[in-house]
Amino acid sequence: MSGFWSIFIIVLVAVQVIGALWLLTNYTKPPKSPEGATTGHMWDGDLEEGNNPLPRWWLYLFWLTAIWTLVYLVIYPGLGKFEGLTGWSQTGQYDQEVAAAEERYGDVFAAFAGMSLEDMAREPGAVRLGRNLYLNNCATCHGSDARGATAFPNLSDNEWQYGGTPDAILQTISNGRVGVMPALGAALGDEGTDAVVRYVLSLSGNSSAETDTLGTGQQKYMQFCAACHGPTGQGMQALGAPNLTNDIWLHGGSADTIRDIIINGRQNQMPAQKDLLSEDRIRVLGAYVLSLGAE
Amino acid sequence: MAGSESYNDGVVRQFAVMTVVWGIVGMLVGVIIAAQLMWPALNFDVPWLSFGRLRPLHTNAVIFAFGGCALMATSLYVVQRTCHVRLFAGPLASFVFWGWQLIILLAAITLPLGLTQGKEYAELIWPIDLLIAVVWVAYGIVFFGTIAIRRVKHIYVANWFYGAFIITVALLHIVNSLAMPVDALLSYPIYAGVVDGMVQWWYGHNAVGFFLTAGFLGMMYYFVPKQAGRPIYSYRLSVVHFWALISIYMWAGPHHLHYTTLPDWAQSLGMVFSVLLLAPSWGGMINGIMTLSGAWHKLRTDPILKFMIVSLSFYGMSTFEGPMMSVKTVNALSHYTDWTIGHVHSGALGWVAMISMGCLYNLIPRVFGREQMYSEKLIDLHFWVSTIGVVLYIASMWIAGVMQGLMWRAVNDDGTLTYSFIESLEATYPYYAVRLLGGLVFLVGTLIMAYNVWKTIAEGEKNAMTPVIEPA
Repeated sequence: MSGFWSIFIIVLVAVQVIGALWLLTNYTKPPKSPEGATTGHMWDGDLEEGNNPLPRWWLYLFWLTAIWTLVYLVIYPGLGKFEGLTGWSQTGQYDQEVAAAEERYGDVFAAFAGMSLEDMAREPGAVRLGRNLYLNNCATCHGSDARGATAFPNLSDNEWQYGGTPDAILQTISNGRVGVMPALGAALGDEGTDAVVRYVLSLSGNSSAETDTLGTGQQKYMQFCAACHGPTGQGMQALGAPNLTNDIWLHGGSADTIRDIIINGRQNQMPAQKDLLSEDRIRVLGAYVLSLGAE
Repeated sequence: MAGSESYNDGVVRQFAVMTVVWGIVGMLVGVIIAAQLMWPALNFDVPWLSFGRLRPLHTNAVIFAFGGCALMATSLYVVQRTCHVRLFAGPLASFVFWGWQLIILLAAITLPLGLTQGKEYAELIWPIDLLIAVVWVAYGIVFFGTIAIRRVKHIYVANWFYGAFIITVALLHIVNSLAMPVDALLSYPIYAGVVDGMVQWWYGHNAVGFFLTAGFLGMMYYFVPKQAGRPIYSYRLSVVHFWALISIYMWAGPHHLHYTTLPDWAQSLGMVFSVLLLAPSWGGMINGIMTLSGAWHKLRTDPILKFMIVSLSFYGMSTFEGPMMSVKTVNALSHYTDWTIGHVHSGALGWVAMISMGCLYNLIPRVFGREQMYSEKLIDLHFWVSTIGVVLYIASMWIAGVMQGLMWRAVNDDGTLTYSFIESLEATYPYYAVRLLGGLVFLVGTLIMAYNVWKTIAEGEKNAMTPVIEPA
């Protein structure tokens, strides 16, 4: 804020507060007319104004709030560039509260720092903490029962898109994942797409198509899809390319959906949590996720 | 000249009747969306009936259609009688009526279609915004023209408030709606980011301050002393609280943006001036209620006065609640909860709707050449029904709001949140049921009023002429 605008704000505030108090003082003097008398003006036949003094309690209330206003503006920011005697700011308050929470709750999570993720997944105390973290941070997308939703993987079925080892899970939570399935509609053409759809459905035993089109489908699949999803359709966890043989579908498994995915591709993102949660918390969370798959 | 001349009450009659009509429409939409919050299936998967489109229809209908017609009816009635002249530029007043109805109709079409600017209480798209500006300026010309040709020296206090309301709403509407049109339906605001947010809430809060407070205080200042048959309590109090109210309200907008990217200094100013607004707001309540001092017994027998005094009590309550909620520590709990909805409705139903109803019960028989309304018993019934409706509504939303705020901040031993959002929503269902009931009861009250108004008009004179009174 420039010095001019700072002064502009201070002057406006001063004019407002002083103006209001001047008005108040000016009309506080008791009226000269006797009590119950009107101002002598008359409208619409019978409309008149009394001129009773300002009620005392109301006057005090006004003064009290005015004094409070001025005191507040000395202590807290408000008058332009003047930061207030306490130097309070909302970002400062946030940092303080986060630091206080870390001091109070940090040890709860640090207690498991020396344990392996597998051991923590069998430790009810750690799993309970992990579940709380999960409900606060993950349930919005993956569901409070961890069964996921369309485009959000099911975490409870021991099938892992990016791997179910402790390290893979921690990596997924900390740094997030970006999954990209390229759009292949133009490259495959209409017939090619149809053939691949049938072939993909057949991988999980879902195709009722005649076998002669499967040959074309398989040929196209090997050419366009096998690099990521693997020659047998088993997927590739390093890329997050889903397994196509297990009848588990991230975006839906109908022929229409699969065709749409092949034609238009998909982009999916798991947001990184490392700037939001401490390392200790991420490990506890990872142990909970691991425990889900083990059930 | 006077004696042969009569007041221009045609446009007052039109606005008064449409106040009741739009009141029913707006409140009905409110009841529908309250029901949708309980049973989301009630949108029938039809986009035009979805909550996101009907909610702005509800707010626009009750504020600008119901509230706007009530303000226009009473202001045009009051300004003639307190200036002792016939309305300035009569044909222009008719233009204001038909223009305003057209705007309401366009709003009722565009909002369900999903055409919106996305600014709360300023949703209407830019062509309608232009029309509003034109009609509003015409309204200003009629009102201030009448003030200019008045036959008494002093301008009655009701007209100060109506005048401040008309000028400020013009300013707010024009500044907040400045936008670059892209095509006939779409535009982008000329402000960006947090500046846009600040302009929007400068508008939004002053829409409350000037449309829903100053305007209706104007109404109060004429009809309460008229109905009570007593002089207004204190002229000097009205001077102090008028100037303090209209100047301090201008600062209060930032309290809608606490703990956001709005700079700390602006949040602080919004908060302290909201607190400083408490006494000026209460000045109006004191002046209204104390006007009855020495005539309290009338409250026992006059249901119209009951409407007025209870509405002033709700006004006092919500103008205490508002400054309290603008304090950062309270706001941290109340913001984004249903407490805000409760607060708005204690003002909108308790104050705005009930003072309008009381004033219309005074005004309608007079512009239709009758001594009084068709049935005083029905006014009394309406009073009790609407009071019960308001209390059910605001009490349920208070409890729901505080509960939500506490649930959202509850933490476990490990610092994680105890409840998910959906758990707080589940816990709110019983209160949504009570709110729906309260709203429904209030709507029933308005239907009772509509019947009473219908019978009054049916037996009244459609073209009643009231001669202009000689100034005293």
